[in-house]
Amino acid sequence: MIVELGHFALILALAVAIIQSTVPLIGAQRRNAAWMAVGDPAAVVQFLLVGFSFAALTYAFVTSDFSLSLVVSNSHTLKPMIYKISGVWGNHEGSLLLWVLILALFGACAVWFGQNLPPQLKARVLAVQGMIGVAFLLFMLLTSNPFLRLAVPPLDGQDLNPLLQDPGLAFHPPFLYLGYVGLSMSFSFAVAALIEGRVDAAWGRWVRPWTLAAWVFLTIGIALGSWWAYYELGWGGFWFWDPVENASFMPWLIAAALLHSAIVVEKRESLKAWTILLAILAFGFSLVGTFIVRSGVITSVHAFANDPDRGVFILLILGVFMGGALTLFAARAGAMEAKGIFGMVSRESALVANNILLAVSAFVVFFGTIWPLVAEMVFDRKLSVGEPFFNAAFSPFVVALAAILPLGAMMPWKRGHVGRGLRPLWPVLILSVALGSLAWAMQTGRTALGPVGVVLGVWVLGGALVDFWARTGRGAALAGRLARLGRLPRADWGKMVAHGGLGVTIFAVSAMLAWKVEDIRVVQPGGSYPLGSYEVTLVEVREVEGPNYISTMAEMRVTREGVEVARLFPEKRIYPVAGMPTTEAAIDYGFLRDVYLVIGDPQENGGWAVRSYIEPFANWLWAGCLLMALGGLLSLTDRRYRVAAGARRVPDGVPAE
Amino acid sequence: MSAARKGGWGMRWGGGLKPALWPGLSPALQSALFGLALLVAAPVQAVQPDEMLADPALEQRARDLSKGLRCLVCRNENIDDSDAQLAKDLRILLRERLVAGDTDEEAVAFLVDRYGEYVLLNPPATGVNILLWVAGPAMLLAGVGIAFATFRRRGQGRAEELTEAERARLAEILKE
Repeated sequence: MIVELGHFALILALAVAIIQSTVPLIGAQRRNAAWMAVGDPAAVVQFLLVGFSFAALTYAFVTSDFSLSLVVSNSHTLKPMIYKISGVWGNHEGSLLLWVLILALFGACAVWFGQNLPPQLKARVLAVQGMIGVAFLLFMLLTSNPFLRLAVPPLDGQDLNPLLQDPGLAFHPPFLYLGYVGLSMSFSFAVAALIEGRVDAAWGRWVRPWTLAAWVFLTIGIALGSWWAYYELGWGGFWFWDPVENASFMPWLIAAALLHSAIVVEKRESLKAWTILLAILAFGFSLVGTFIVRSGVITSVHAFANDPDRGVFILLILGVFMGGALTLFAARAGAMEAKGIFGMVSRESALVANNILLAVSAFVVFFGTIWPLVAEMVFDRKLSVGEPFFNAAFSPFVVALAAILPLGAMMPWKRGHVGRGLRPLWPVLILSVALGSLAWAMQTGRTALGPVGVVLGVWVLGGALVDFWARTGRGAALAGRLARLGRLPRADWGKMVAHGGLGVTIFAVSAMLAWKVEDIRVVQPGGSYPLGSYEVTLVEVREVEGPNYISTMAEMRVTREGVEVARLFPEKRIYPVAGMPTTEAAIDYGFLRDVYLVIGDPQENGGWAVRSYIEPFANWLWAGCLLMALGGLLSLTDRRYRVAAGARRVPDGVPAE
Repeated sequence: MSAARKGGWGMRWGGGLKPALWPGLSPALQSALFGLALLVAAPVQAVQPDEMLADPALEQRARDLSKGLRCLVCRNENIDDSDAQLAKDLRILLRERLVAGDTDEEAVAFLVDRYGEYVLLNPPATGVNILLWVAGPAMLLAGVGIAFATFRRRGQGRAEELTEAERARLAEILKE
C-alpha cells in the first residue's frame, strides 16, 4: 500500500512540476503577481511529494519488501541496516529518485532562502527548476520506475553489489548528486537572467552561494569516491580517469571556474555573458555525466544501467535544455554589457586566466572521455583513451593554474603590477624552490614529478597564507594584525583555506604518484619481508565468517627497527548471495605515509600472494580535498550574510551598485 | 616488425585468448560479458608473484608497459591493475615477448597487431587522433586569443582615454 502511495505521489509530483514550470513563467511575463506566487507553494509541494515517494521506497528496502522488483535485485534480508538504506540509491532507479528528490529540495530551498529575491526573478528561477523536474520525473516514470511490483515475489533478494556495501560508497552518491543537481540552481538562475535580459551585481551575488554549495558537495562527493577507490579496490590507486570519474570531474572544474567568474560579476560587473555561459555549461556537464553513467554508452566500472532507451531519453533532455539555453544565450548575450573596465594586469585578468585554464582543462577531459565514441562512430577507429593520455594532457593545465594562482589572488582589482604583486611572495617562491630542490636531491634518480609537486604545493599553500596575512594590513604592529585576523570576513578565511587545500592536494597527488613503494611476492605463514624501512610479517591466515560474507583474513605485523608499528588484517571476502569476491585492503593510516597491505591467492607451495604498498602522504590528499570543501563552506557562511544584507538594501531588486 | 614474424604470431592468436571477447564487440556487450565473468570467474588479482620475471629490470619494463595497455574486456582498466583472466593472459604474453628479446616498441606493436589500437590506453597521435592531442592546446590558444581580443576591443581604450564630454565634466569638477 505504501509503495503504491509512493508511486502515486511521484505522478502527483509530475503534475505539480508541470504547473510550477508554466504558471510562474507566464506570470512573470505578464507581471501578474498572483501567477508568479504559484511558484513558491508548487516548489515546496513538489519537494514534499517526491520526499514521500523516496520515504516509501526506503520503507520498502528497510522492511525487505520482495514484491518490489528493485528491492529483489538490490537487497537481501541478511544485509546490515545501513546498506539496506544505502541500497535505495545503489541502483539506477533508486538513485534517479534521489536525484529528483535533491532537485526538488533545491527548488524548495530557493523558496525558503530566496525570500529576498525580486519576485520576477524568483518566479522564473522556480519555473526553470520546475522544467528540469518535469523532464526527470517523466524520465523516471516512463523508463525507470522504481515502484514496479513482481507478480510472484521471491523469498529473498539478490543482494547489493558487495563493492557498494561500504560506508564510503554509501554516502558518495548523495554528496555527488547534491553537487550535480545543485548546479541546476546556477542553470536556472542563468536562464532566468537571460529571459529577463539583465545581469547585474546582485545576480552575481545570488548565484554564487548556490554554485558554491554545489561545488562543496561535489568536492566532498568526489573525494569520498576517490577515497573509496583507494581502500576498496585494492591496489592503492585513487584516480583512474574512468569515464564515470570524469563525469563528476568535468562539472567540478566548470563549477570552480563559475565560482570565480561570478566574483567578477558581483564585484566588477564584468564577464557577465561568460559567467552565464559557464552556468549553463556547468549543468550541461552534469547532464553529460548523467548520460555517461546511465546510458552505458561509454562503459565504466560503475555504470549501472545499460539501456539504450534510457540513454536516448537523457540525450533528449540534454539536447532540449542545452539547446534551449544556448539559443537563448545567443539571442540575449549581446545585451549583457560589461561595466567594469580593467587593465591587462589585474585581478580581473587573473580570474579570466583561471577561467580559461579551468574551462579548457574540463574540455580536455570531456574530449578524452568521448573521443573513443566519436572515433568509432565517425572515423571507424576503435581505440581507448586512458590514464596516460589524461595525465599528459591534463596536468600542464594544473601546473599553469598553480603557477599563477598566488600572484593572481593577490593582484588588486582594475590595475596591478607584476613586480609589485610578486614582492610579498618572494619568500614563498624561494622556499618552494628550495624545498623542491631538497626533494630532488633526496630522491636520486626518480621522475621530476615529486619535486615539481613540492614546488607547486608549497607555492600555492604559502601564497594563500601570505595573501591572508597581507589582509591584516601592512606595516602595522604584530599584535594588531593578529587581532585583526579574527575580524577578517569569512570569505577571506574561505579563500585562504580553499587555496591552501588545493596546494596540499597538488602536493599529495604528485607525492603519491612519484614516491609510492610497491612490493608483490609470495610469503609463507610466519615469513617476513622488508618494505621500505619496515619489516612485514605474515603471522597467519584464517577463515572468518561475516554477517553476509565469508572472509579469508590474514594477520600481518608491521615493525620498524624491531618495534611493532601496526597489526593489520587484510581480507578477501566472498559474498555468497551476490556470488562476488571483494578485496579488503588493510591500511595503517599515518601522517606521512600509509602502509597498505593486500592478501591475494593461496599458492601451491602453501604460501600466500601478498601485495604491499607504502603510500606517501595519502592522508594529505583527503585532507587537501576536505580543506577545499571547508574553504567553500566558510565562504558560504559569509555569503549568506551578505545576500541578506544586499537584498535589504535593494528590496525591489534594483541593481545594488 | 617483419612481415614474416607478424604472420607467424598471427596464427598463434586465438590459442589462449578468448576470441569471443575481441574488441570488435560493442562496449556495452563487452561490459555485460565482463559482468557475467565477474559472477562466475574465480578472483584473479592484478599482477601475481608467479607471473613476475626474475630479472628486476625486465620486470620493471613489463610493469611500465602494462600500465599503458588496456584490459580489453574491462572498462578503461590497464592490464597491470585488472583482475580479469584476459589481463593475466596479456601480462604473461607481454613478458614472454620481453624475455624473447623484443624492445618495448616491438612488444607493444606485437599486441597492437593482434588487438588493434584499442589495446593502447594512450592513443597514438596519428591520423584523426591528432585532433584529440591538439584539441586542448588549440582551445587554450583560442581562449587566450578571444580574451585578448575582447580586452583590446572594449577594455583598454576606454580605460585610458576620456571622451570629450568626460573631459569637460572633469574640468568642471576640478574648478569647483
